[in-house]
Amino acid sequence: MSRHWPNRSLMIGAALVLVFISGGMVSLLWTPYAIDGVDIPNKMLMPSAAHWLGTDHLGRDILSMIMVGAQTSIAVAVLAVGIGMGVGIPLGLWAAARAGGWLDEVIMRGNDLVFAFPSLVIAILITAVFGPGAVNAIIAIGIFNIPVFARLTRGAALSLWRRDFVLAARVSGKSGLRISAEHILPNITSLLIVQGTIQFSLGILAEAGLSYVGLGAQPPIPSWGRMLAESQTLVSLAPQLALIPGLAIVLTVLGLNLMGDGLRDMLDPRIRAER
Amino acid sequence: MIGYVLRRLGSLIVSLIVASLVIFMVVEVAPGDPAAFMLGMNAQPDTLAALRAELGLNVSKPERYLNWVSGMVQGDFGTSYTYRTPVAGMIADRMWISLPLAVYALVLSTLIAFPAGIYAASRRGAAGDIAVMGATQLGVAVPNFWFAMIMVLVFAINLGWFSAGGFPGWDKGVWGGIKALTLPAIALALPQAAILARVMRSSLLDMLGEDFIRTARAKGLSGREVLWKHALRNALIPVLTIIGLQFSFLLAGGIIIEQVFYLPGLGRLVFQAITQRDLIVVESVVMLLVFAVIVVNFVVDLTYAMVDPRLRVRT
Amino acid sequence: MSQMSRLLSASAIAVCAGLGMAGAQTAITVAIQLEPPNLDPTGGAAEAIDSVVYSNIFEGLTRFTADGSVVPGLAASWEISEDGLVYTFKLHDGVTFHDGSTFDAGDVKFSLDRARAADSTNAQKPLFAQIADVTVADPMTVQVTLSQPNGSLLFNLAWGDAVIVAPETAAANATNPVGTGAFTFVNWVQGDRIELARNPAYWGTPAVLETATFRFISDPTAAFAAVMAEDVDVFSGFPAPENLPQFAADPRFQVIVGSTEGETILAMNNKLPPFDNVLVREAVSHAVDRQAIIDGAMFGYGTPIGTHFAPHNPAYVDLTAGSAYDPDRARTLLAEAGFPDGFTTTLKLPPPSYARRGGEIIAAQLRDVGIETEVSNVEWAQWLEQVFGAKDFGLTIVSHTEPMDINIYANPEYYFQYDNPDFQALMTELTATTDDAARTALMQKAQTIIAENYVNGYLFQLAALTVAKAGVQGLWPDAPVAAIDLTAVSWAK
Repeated sequence: MSRHWPNRSLMIGAALVLVFISGGMVSLLWTPYAIDGVDIPNKMLMPSAAHWLGTDHLGRDILSMIMVGAQTSIAVAVLAVGIGMGVGIPLGLWAAARAGGWLDEVIMRGNDLVFAFPSLVIAILITAVFGPGAVNAIIAIGIFNIPVFARLTRGAALSLWRRDFVLAARVSGKSGLRISAEHILPNITSLLIVQGTIQFSLGILAEAGLSYVGLGAQPPIPSWGRMLAESQTLVSLAPQLALIPGLAIVLTVLGLNLMGDGLRDMLDPRIRAER
Repeated sequence: MIGYVLRRLGSLIVSLIVASLVIFMVVEVAPGDPAAFMLGMNAQPDTLAALRAELGLNVSKPERYLNWVSGMVQGDFGTSYTYRTPVAGMIADRMWISLPLAVYALVLSTLIAFPAGIYAASRRGAAGDIAVMGATQLGVAVPNFWFAMIMVLVFAINLGWFSAGGFPGWDKGVWGGIKALTLPAIALALPQAAILARVMRSSLLDMLGEDFIRTARAKGLSGREVLWKHALRNALIPVLTIIGLQFSFLLAGGIIIEQVFYLPGLGRLVFQAITQRDLIVVESVVMLLVFAVIVVNFVVDLTYAMVDPRLRVRT
Repeated sequence: MSQMSRLLSASAIAVCAGLGMAGAQTAITVAIQLEPPNLDPTGGAAEAIDSVVYSNIFEGLTRFTADGSVVPGLAASWEISEDGLVYTFKLHDGVTFHDGSTFDAGDVKFSLDRARAADSTNAQKPLFAQIADVTVADPMTVQVTLSQPNGSLLFNLAWGDAVIVAPETAAANATNPVGTGAFTFVNWVQGDRIELARNPAYWGTPAVLETATFRFISDPTAAFAAVMAEDVDVFSGFPAPENLPQFAADPRFQVIVGSTEGETILAMNNKLPPFDNVLVREAVSHAVDRQAIIDGAMFGYGTPIGTHFAPHNPAYVDLTAGSAYDPDRARTLLAEAGFPDGFTTTLKLPPPSYARRGGEIIAAQLRDVGIETEVSNVEWAQWLEQVFGAKDFGLTIVSHTEPMDINIYANPEYYFQYDNPDFQALMTELTATTDDAARTALMQKAQTIIAENYVNGYLFQLAALTVAKAGVQGLWPDAPVAAIDLTAVSWAK
């Protein structure tokens, strides 16, 4: 396999992601226009010097909304991955440390159960029940990240438990907890990072989907998914309203996936592709 | 083997029970009184009370749970609050749309993914591989509802090749039904095809690196023979697993697509029921979907275990 | 209807639909946004029920026509006693229900008694509150005796909640409606469509169309796509006003803009501080720019209103000047009321786009004068529970589509909690008044009181937006009631 390929992947991916992350971070301090700056007389303008990406159907500056939308998407996705990792990785390590026992069984069955639930339906249910908004979207998406990391961690940890250096540690009397923390975890970090970027990109898509049906971040906080939903009836009048947020989603997710691929190829090319 | 099957069956039943409890509890927490929703703004308190009694909303929660579960086991999914018709009937009607849609999307996804994945694996590292991989990257990154919207704009509104949505009903002709499901199936299939193509490619590449392949090559078999006769068959196992999992995803995951194409399927039923606070429908449909997924997983696991005896031992 | 006859009708519909596509236009497909939860207009409040069945399947003693006037329906004529307490209705002869049974005074008594019964689930029970007794004088004559005079009885009897049903079939009307109208119910594919067919035994002028199909498309984009792709013939209540110019410019379609009975208001919780202070309410009214909302949320469709009354109604008083857009005045008033730095409140928005988009615009306008709003988008179920039921809100935007509903301001329990004994007395007087000139004077006084008290922010009257294929005739431009009357609809040759 060409040695240039992974690095190029990683570079392109990182560049794309960086554009949106920096846009999001800059927007914490400043945006070209206020995101709630309703200005009806200037609605649906095409991109111009005054508004680099034009204005939406209520006259708001699209560039500003994309920047703050990046904040929303990234924050939701990152925190959802955080939940998945924060709960899933310890569960997976624990299950692997107690492999074969009832705890392992419980954790695996719990995993299967969560996997069995149609995630979009449940996410919609959760946000509809507990109220739409970014926080509940994070929880709803985060819940479905937990079994992913748990299963991955457990699988990888199990194969490590059989390795000599771990057996040696066991013989020397170290507890399962210490072994997991000191020996297992560092060796699966690269795997987890790769999966993390993948879940991050899935999180962005999930947030876009929830926002699209109105259950993600609520007004006046902009969100790419909601911008898409609001633009649909106007698409024949002002197609840029639908194209720009859609492209933002596609490019961010693409960037993350490329990064994930690049990282995977670079960090440990012998790891089998995850199912 | 029997022990394995029994163990898996046991955990299947436990899973179903836990799932039903979780679903019931989540749905019951949902705020919003179905009676108030149905009668609207000017309803009098006595009218509301009468309706609530009629809908059976004033019995205790544990009692309602047991009624629901025992009913489901016998095939009675309760009566919808909103429509006042049996939920089982509504589900059956919608199944006739969601099920064919899922199958259609699965077929399309497989038809696209298999050749793409095999092609990419066989041209590993070359321009063809990169092109396919690039395309799959894009396919995975595009939100399917956005893609659906663009397709409607191009193919339905501008070109007029397809209707913009809706479903004429199977009784008006099979071909009409298939045509109505085509754009939705493509929208659903695209990201799945992208994922499947990558899995196909990587699974095949994994196989191609295995010992038995080297042996086959050493024996003098051509690259193509190696690919088709040996690698592919074994590479299919993980791919089939993914297809099984995708099927259950497609069944439930079409909510947004069904909304965009106004298809009266299961996904949209759940969505509408949630907004209408039709608790019975939400509980029953979600339970059904979970049941379908758990059963499909069970079958896939069993098939997998039958094919690869190493998997019967707990890893 | 038996399974067999239903199957035959369905096949007949299929054939007709096929013919329809070939050009012989006797079928029509009408799309509306919301699907009715059931088909009994006397048992549920959903507007969508009336959209499908009013005047098509069910009829009442009186009915509304396209311009909102009340005309005889199943009652051919009536006499009102001197004291205004006894109404004697003479019914049409030779009317049958769709199941073949004869219509007579007994059915009227049954329907009215059922609606006003203590355990009735009729959503508009107050309409029948003044009825003390209903007696059958003879098979074609019914006497309705009131406990006190009611100037709007005939108007009330025209509502969908007052249609006449048969005792044999009433219980099943939710799923299998049996009425006396020009169309019979054929089939309901839940979530998709409802099919009707012409009633050959109709007592009045038969409908021109042979079949009618209602489809339900709530998503504005899907609605646009459906019309553009010519999947539906008519879209009543088109949810995306931004697309109308495109349809108007297209020779295949016609756009019909009319008025509705929907007063869209920015409701304020009158018992929740600071909205209990009339100065604050006045400030809010001046902070809001109606025209910006009409342009931004409804793309120009809608008529500004200054009070809770429909502008097309002859008794309307134009009070918009009293709440004209004046942010400076708003700030002055707020300071006067003790809020020089403004305050924070909640703004709860139900699903329709007039609320969601309008809400975003209003939030910006209020922020401009110092009032911060926490916006929540809620579903109708939550709106009913939180806003309407629990009165847990500061501001909300909603459109009241019942005709002549200014009397909601006489109910202190109603969600915006306006409690003015003078106004309540006025409404009682209005109910008892039967003389038209006197009624008009009272209605004008009522409008003025609620405008001067700035009870709510009166935004605009919702426009009736219909898009149809160019050849469709006979559609009602206005929506005096939530009905899609297809009895006189036909295709141009």
